[in-house]
Amino acid sequence: MTAIEGPTAAPAPAPRTSRRRTRRLTGSDRSVVGLMVAVPLLFVLVLVWLPALASVILSFSRWEGFGGLDAIDWIGIENYKNIATNYPPFWPALWHNLIWVVFLFLIPTPLGMFLAVLCDKQLRGSRIYQTSFYLPVVLSLALTGFIWQLIYSRDQGLLNAVLGTSVDWYGDPRVNLWAVLVAFGWKHTGYIMLIYLAGLKAVDPGLREAATVDGASEARTYFSVIFPVMRPINLIILVITVIESLRAFDIVWIVNKGRNGLEVIAALVVQNIVGEASRVGFGSALATIMLLISTVYVVIHLRATMREDR
Amino acid sequence: MTTGPLATGSADPDILAVTAAQVVTDPRPRRRQPLRGPRVVLHVFLLVMAVGWLMPLLWGAFNSFRDYDFTAANGYFSFGGFTLENYVDAWQRGEFGEKFLNSLYITVPAVLLTLFLSACAAFVLARFSFKLNITLLGFFVAANLLPPQALLIPIYKAFNEIPLPTWLNSDGELLNSYLGLILVNTAFQIGFCTLVLSNYMKTLPPEIYESAAVDGATVARQFFQLTLPLCRPPLAALATLQISWIYNEFFWATALLTDGDKFPITSSLNNLRGQFFTDYNLLSAGSIVVALPTLIVFFVLQRQFVAGLTLGSTKG
Repeated sequence: MTAIEGPTAAPAPAPRTSRRRTRRLTGSDRSVVGLMVAVPLLFVLVLVWLPALASVILSFSRWEGFGGLDAIDWIGIENYKNIATNYPPFWPALWHNLIWVVFLFLIPTPLGMFLAVLCDKQLRGSRIYQTSFYLPVVLSLALTGFIWQLIYSRDQGLLNAVLGTSVDWYGDPRVNLWAVLVAFGWKHTGYIMLIYLAGLKAVDPGLREAATVDGASEARTYFSVIFPVMRPINLIILVITVIESLRAFDIVWIVNKGRNGLEVIAALVVQNIVGEASRVGFGSALATIMLLISTVYVVIHLRATMREDR
Repeated sequence: MTTGPLATGSADPDILAVTAAQVVTDPRPRRRQPLRGPRVVLHVFLLVMAVGWLMPLLWGAFNSFRDYDFTAANGYFSFGGFTLENYVDAWQRGEFGEKFLNSLYITVPAVLLTLFLSACAAFVLARFSFKLNITLLGFFVAANLLPPQALLIPIYKAFNEIPLPTWLNSDGELLNSYLGLILVNTAFQIGFCTLVLSNYMKTLPPEIYESAAVDGATVARQFFQLTLPLCRPPLAALATLQISWIYNEFFWATALLTDGDKFPITSSLNNLRGQFFTDYNLLSAGSIVVALPTLIVFFVLQRQFVAGLTLGSTKG
């Protein structure tokens, strides 16, 4: 889990007026303040924004990665054309990423929300249930893929023993995407549950009581009162689900390095640069496609997060 | 937007501690309801789900204590053949000692650096109302959301060119060095931590700074002696979270370290598979060993962990 892990909070309206009365800063204070913001800024600029920009620029080039910067040929949109027409793993990868996001929206995300609603019911032992559901969240995605081998292995796995089959769940390209999605969903459900539960606990109990007094059923109360009130959190869950699908990398890399049924865009980018391969321009074009997709949710997310601050 | 507890009581500096407590234990008055039909169904459902959820881990833990020859002869649906041998074996063959140290070399500096830099940035963003503050915050936060794989190629190429003194990396460059990984991890986590910390710092009453300024305290002193001590709750929550994230980090370590000996434990999983190839009991033991540090952090610091995860994402 690389988390976007939801940097999402909308800052509370703070007592702004009193803050404006900050005293004039002396010269040395001024440079300290400058430094305090400049150093972190530099980190993010140099290691995130500049590389993002460089990916976009390099995507219009052909460069084998050696011979200095003047060995770069500028070839326009050639790389994009090649990706679309002459690179077999691309369309399957895009398709797999799409399946990924649709699957998460259909099963693990709603399931996590549902479990959160159930865990919010003040049951005895609710904490034990919660803990079981979000335990997988603390494990790395790579380890998740690794642990599920014990279930998916053809000869020694639990699943085949139970079903009496002999399917190589991680190896067979007809099923391995689904096997990986189940393992991924195992972790994702817990994560969604955790975030949603925290949101539910913060809902004004008066709302629920008012609805009950009005004679609304529990389901009705949830869908017409609680769900709309939770809009900001719903938005965050939406963004998290999309991000996690686009970033799907660790688990496919641990299973088979993103080949043979498990192609995803993130893995294609890495395949083009790590090891012997050094197709800088081509890989960058793939990276740029990822960046383009990500701008959609970055914008949604920033708008949700920053609105309060304006 | 009046949901999160953080949003409603923004003047209370202890708010995070409160949130942390609320996440696990419900603040509402407890109404014990009698165990009747629908409730029983609910309990049964949750119990089945919870057991199902723990199954992969329990299955791994169970088999990790069993002898390979025993399970090979009797099948996995059997009972007996218990041993600790797998753990000893896995530890040695997987070179866990070295891998854990590698993880430590990356995680500890990266977490400290991230928290320090984020606290600095958050302090300025929360305290001084520049016109630019929102833009700056957006700049930090959006960076956190970009898919890291999309930035790999330029970083990889640049790290390959940047020389490093050989006492830091025997290869003499930033690629394949712990320093490079620490820097990248830090840059990626700063956004999230800055957002959380600056939200928290905005809840601190500005009067405390005014009196400090009257007493002639410099900005640096105010930061170290006032702000940082007051921010202990969010710093603790973030530290817990960051330790497990950076320990769990797989992508950058896999891509930027070319030398398998330097891999932290999470990235070594693939090598382990080669080592343990058909012995799934050994593989189970290896998985449990790798999971153990985060599981311990989780059980010991559960509150901090949950608070850290949710405080970024639920308020709003």
